[in-house]
Amino acid sequence: MSAPSLLARDLAAIVGETHVRAARAQRVTYAMDGLPTHRRVPDLVVLPGSREELIAVVRLLAAHGVPFVPRGAGTGLSGGALADAGAVLVVLTRLNRLLRVDARNRSATVEPGVVNAKLSAAVHAQGLQYAPDPSSQSACTIGGNVAENAGGPHCLKYGVTANHILALELLLADGSLVQIGSPGGEPWGPDLVGLFVGSEGNFGIATSITVRLTPLPRAVRTMLADFSSLRAAGEGVSAVIAAGIVPAALEMMDQSCICAVEDSVYAAGYPRDAAAILLVEIDGRNADAVVAETDAVADLLRRAGARAVRIAASDAERERLWQGRKKAFGAMGRLSRDLVVQDAVVPRSALPHVLETIAGIAQRYGLVVSNVFHAGDGNLHPNISFDATDPALTARVEAASAEIMSTCIAAGGTITGEHGVGLDKLRYMPLIFDADSLGAMHAVRKVFDPHERVNPGKVIPVHACREWTSRAVA
Amino acid sequence: MTILEKVTALLGEGAVLEAGTDRVPRIAPGSPDAVALLLGTAHQEGWRVRIEGAGTWLPSDAPADLALTTRRLDRVPAIEPADLTATAEAGIGLDQLRQQLADRGAWLAIDPPGLAGRTLGSVVATGTAGPLRHAFGPIKDHLLGVTFVTGDGRMVQSGGRVMKNVAGYDLTRLQAGGFGAFGVIVLVHLRLRTLPRADITYLLEGTREELTQVGEDIAAAGLTPAALELVSPALARRERWVLGVRLAGSPALVAADEAGLGAATGGGRFTALRAEEAHAFWMRLAEGFAVRPVTFRIGGVPATSDELLDLLQHQLGDEWISASPAAGAIRWTGDTSIDRLQRLRRTLAGMEVPMTLERAPWPVRGAVGHFGAYREGVGPLVAGLRRTFDPGGALVVATEGS
Repeated sequence: MSAPSLLARDLAAIVGETHVRAARAQRVTYAMDGLPTHRRVPDLVVLPGSREELIAVVRLLAAHGVPFVPRGAGTGLSGGALADAGAVLVVLTRLNRLLRVDARNRSATVEPGVVNAKLSAAVHAQGLQYAPDPSSQSACTIGGNVAENAGGPHCLKYGVTANHILALELLLADGSLVQIGSPGGEPWGPDLVGLFVGSEGNFGIATSITVRLTPLPRAVRTMLADFSSLRAAGEGVSAVIAAGIVPAALEMMDQSCICAVEDSVYAAGYPRDAAAILLVEIDGRNADAVVAETDAVADLLRRAGARAVRIAASDAERERLWQGRKKAFGAMGRLSRDLVVQDAVVPRSALPHVLETIAGIAQRYGLVVSNVFHAGDGNLHPNISFDATDPALTARVEAASAEIMSTCIAAGGTITGEHGVGLDKLRYMPLIFDADSLGAMHAVRKVFDPHERVNPGKVIPVHACREWTSRAVA
Repeated sequence: MTILEKVTALLGEGAVLEAGTDRVPRIAPGSPDAVALLLGTAHQEGWRVRIEGAGTWLPSDAPADLALTTRRLDRVPAIEPADLTATAEAGIGLDQLRQQLADRGAWLAIDPPGLAGRTLGSVVATGTAGPLRHAFGPIKDHLLGVTFVTGDGRMVQSGGRVMKNVAGYDLTRLQAGGFGAFGVIVLVHLRLRTLPRADITYLLEGTREELTQVGEDIAAAGLTPAALELVSPALARRERWVLGVRLAGSPALVAADEAGLGAATGGGRFTALRAEEAHAFWMRLAEGFAVRPVTFRIGGVPATSDELLDLLQHQLGDEWISASPAAGAIRWTGDTSIDRLQRLRRTLAGMEVPMTLERAPWPVRGAVGHFGAYREGVGPLVAGLRRTFDPGGALVVATEGS
């Protein structure tokens, strides 16, 4: 019996044979995440069904020195949940129990495989929500959100995942358990919760996650503003931010994206002739204040050059406007066989310039680039439509992506705002961090996982790190 | 050569300040690179270094071979009102920074305890949020990135200058509240807000129980105050407990909350403060935590705030206390013993409530530690991180106490 077969047998003894995927046809299912440019077929896939099974699996892998990759729903967009040869993929979607809701203290404790949208749905009746709302929220898991420090449209006002995690139980690579954070969010010492969130699985697995819940707003107003140029829309964003009003969401879509949505089943009534639209949501606990702030924002957008500002008159209209935004990535599937969803952040005032530069890059490479993004945060998602079976086209996509990243960095920005580094952005890390800073991160990872067995090869380009231990005094 | 002679040769006479009463050489590097040079040398020479900002919060009495003060790192390289971001060196006084931001229409929505000239770096290193935490969260939520120098003199960047950033691990949050255990913060990238166009403070006096109920009524009414702070009589210098309610934001939002405040609390009982009175109230509250020997914070959940206040009253006395009940955060200051603090921490640990010692004479810090009562598995990780960022143990920081 070969080594993987022996391991498969031992894993099956823990989780049951049906929850170990050893046949290639089964493993291929896990070869990609949401990004089509990276593909790895794992040697073995295991799906534990309980915390105890998960602990036993990780301890077995530790005993054999086998690397492993935690994976949630596989909706990530950085190649972060792919397992190279020799690594076992540990899929956490069966750990999907809502363990506790504490409405009085506005918190909930969940297993990592709980789907984001299901958590909000579960606490809705108590007037609460889990605020971070990635576009993939109907599928992505809270564990994945924690690993990636996921964002979403409403993070402009409510903050990203890191602002909503109070406590974690961690399972480290050696199989040991660690309790960090506290029910109120105050750390017991250094903020290890803050350090863990966004570590992309490199520090271990969060086996239970205590999140902060937020009261549902009592009043919500959503408006659609359309513009005849990207620059004017960008200036509209700046005007709203500078006015000191914090919308719940401030999203932008360009014409290519608008038309893709309008051609799809998610058609939301966006004006096809607009160069860009802004989708702005104002919410709050006081209806009068929400109306006043909505009017103020509408006025600012008109002054910035909006051709029209339409305020949704009903919940149904509001939901339709949002459906177009949240399903935009799906709608873009109509444009071509494959789609690279890019992710970068720039200072908000740089949006007009950067958007124009990206349009120039697209033109030069002969590519279709559609923009749908969190404009209020300056978090861009230039999406490149292409056919991954065409090597020459794929090479152009890679080159254009690199230029887009360089443009964002030159504007004072960064290479990822919410999707993570994973495999895809490894090559860009040395563009924003020097060798000592990368070395520090690598050294921190080794505190949690000395043998680098959890999600190996992700986040930190080890070749670009300065050796961290060289200055240690003997 | 003495340490002072070596440092003078390294950084020049301008970096050497007058020593304090303990005669420990006090060095003020003039740039982040100079901090790196100094700490690299300290690491090689085996010097023990204590970190000071303005000398009011971090331990200026810790035994050390030299004191590194950040007070000459007081530049503000960038304020970007259109992006609502700023970059400031760690040694700038908060009062100076606030003024420079206000001149550009920007606001750093933190009001940490301490004197007005407290340095930004000290606020970040100690993670000391004030009443504005109610609406705007802990200090770490205001940080976009930091640059710090490790105990062996390496300069490390974390985060960046933009509103969202998940490139690499979040070492910024490790530094926020790390008390310098993982390096000396030299540069901070900040998330700002626009100066609130309306900013009003209301006060209500009463018994603690009455005011706690009012606070709950305000929350239940859906009001969104910037601060909702319960202050003990001694700290507020009033006859009874005080509930301070600060409404700040757009005129529409503040007007709506003002109307709601009256409705939620039966109307008319609150006293509105004039702008200078409000400033004085919040400043006095902040400064109160810098004058008595020991200050600590505890972090519970909203439902336990009352129980925790009772516990503090019972074990230490309740003279100088400020609490954000809705955030579960309580700060205490006064004079107490090592034994009582250690006993309190143990009691709180049993309630899943962390206690962080923020300020104290060195013997107390050394014995009690800023942190302690770690839960399962945390101690080895903290020790590993300490070794990573300060491999020679150059930085004098009382992390866990003795």
